Amino acid sequence: MQEIIEGRVWTLGRDVDTDQIISGKYLTIIDPEELKKHVFEIALPEFAKEARSGDILVAGENFGSGSSREHAPQAMRAIGVGAVVADSFARIFFRNAINLGIPAIEAPGVRAIFEQGDHARVEMRNGVVRNLTRDRSVSFPPLPHHLLDLLEAGGLVEKVRRELAARGSAPRAP
Amino acid sequence: MSGAAAGATLAEKVLARAAGLDRVVPGQIVEGQVDLAMMHEQGAQTVGPFHQMGAERVWDPDRVVIAIDHWVPASTEGAAVLHRILRKFAAETGLPHFYDVGQHGICHQILAENGWVVPGDLAVGTDSHTNMLGAMGAVATGIGPTEMAAVLALGRLWLKVPPTIQVRVRGRLGKGVTAKDLVLRVLGEIRTTGAQYRAVEFSGATVRGLSMPERFTLCNMTTEMGAKTGMVAPDATTREYLAGIAKHPMHPLLPDPDARYERTIDLDVEGMPPMVACPYSPDNVRPLPDVAREHVPIHQAFLGSCTNARIEDLREGAALMKGAKVAKGVRFIVSPASTSIYQQCLEEGIIETFTHAGAVFTNSSCSACFGGNMGILAPDEICASSSNRNFPGRMGPKEARIYLMSPAAVVASAIKGEIADPRELL
Repeated sequence: MQEIIEGRVWTLGRDVDTDQIISGKYLTIIDPEELKKHVFEIALPEFAKEARSGDILVAGENFGSGSSREHAPQAMRAIGVGAVVADSFARIFFRNAINLGIPAIEAPGVRAIFEQGDHARVEMRNGVVRNLTRDRSVSFPPLPHHLLDLLEAGGLVEKVRRELAARGSAPRAP
Repeated sequence: MSGAAAGATLAEKVLARAAGLDRVVPGQIVEGQVDLAMMHEQGAQTVGPFHQMGAERVWDPDRVVIAIDHWVPASTEGAAVLHRILRKFAAETGLPHFYDVGQHGICHQILAENGWVVPGDLAVGTDSHTNMLGAMGAVATGIGPTEMAAVLALGRLWLKVPPTIQVRVRGRLGKGVTAKDLVLRVLGEIRTTGAQYRAVEFSGATVRGLSMPERFTLCNMTTEMGAKTGMVAPDATTREYLAGIAKHPMHPLLPDPDARYERTIDLDVEGMPPMVACPYSPDNVRPLPDVAREHVPIHQAFLGSCTNARIEDLREGAALMKGAKVAKGVRFIVSPASTSIYQQCLEEGIIETFTHAGAVFTNSSCSACFGGNMGILAPDEICASSSNRNFPGRMGPKEARIYLMSPAAVVASAIKGEIADPRELL
């Protein structure tokens, strides 16, 4: 996990649900490279074509609400989204993003200090998001240790792999 | 807080049990032992991570249910591949509880009607509406497929103990006013973000008087409030529903009388009219008669989904439909929540009633609810639906408009050809 994440910002409104991130008609696609062509088709149509690896998403309240579809953060990971920062997250999206190793930062008030195309810096352990273009910032409570550990490991797959490997064998049924 | 601790809410009781602790408090992060794990098609994305984790076996195959429901039978090659991945995984890891085509139904209904979730359980599923099973007096919540891989490998997951919002309901629901209208009313109050990371506990005389199917409808839509789970404390109604079908031992837990709620919402539903959630958000709730007065024409009506397609919903709909016709220019899709409900409809003449009226009665699936299989709208079209979401693009194009309402209101709207108050037909 990077301590400092910098990137170009894409802004989104409030209540961007996962249907608006990956539409229901694409849910049978499991190849992330294919999925990323359709990401934000409803909420931000130009994103899929123009986004670059390292870009940062800045959203309003309730980002990622609705369906539990992990296709949404998978497509973002395939694009190489550096971080997702929002006024607030819906819980399943938040877990999915962290599980896939994408820093998801809840920073109330963050949406109001960014415009499309600004540059952002997220300081993970200091708990600050800075708008480098406009010299403004908001602070946030840093993620709890176990989530930072998860990001440190690169996501849940690697974390569980280490845990199972440390046990030396697969779990037994109780 | 300090000194003598206040009592625990239902969610706190269940999570303390799952974590093997005497008590837990909101904000505490706990590791909970999972009692039931459910996967639908999204579980196909669990298989890769499960293997990458180096897991060799599932922690307890008797606590894992696979229930495919979004594309049943497979309507695209992509869906067929998802189904095949799941069948292969179930065979390889020895998962016996697979509700395949022919025994299929909407995953949450499969869990409910087969007694897979019981009071005191911690249940997780790869679908956001897993909240519905909290009606059993359980903590039931949605997770993603990678997290499910960890659950299958380890049998546990971390959870932050949620604060609880208590929704206390009193008063009698009037004729033609249902549990769906009640939960829409609550959504109008709590809104889509008001219960984020929280548990919603329904209580009060009105809730005590609701059947399990009605309680499922309430808890189902707590997902739209952002909630981690919706719950109803178990009682005689719960025990009766689960008698003879419970798949594992129950641990009925009740909230303490002095439980500490973050917020209490007191509602009196006496005289409450039917409600409707207007585009494009489930919390854009208005009294249905106000919308009906605006004569909103519809192109499609949908009676289905995990929220409202149980036998009680379809019986109520059929009673209104009997002797009437679907309005010209309206496509009315009726999709039961499970194959066993389909069979009941067949035996009770409900399929006959709907199809003679000009509706299409489909096999059980998520159907039109999610815009990826059937019942897709054209951009300028409007749908009256008994489902749970009306986001932009939910049933296809982002311009299409979905109004969420009770099964009775959907039938009334299908007959009239515009959004209608079901009480006009009673």
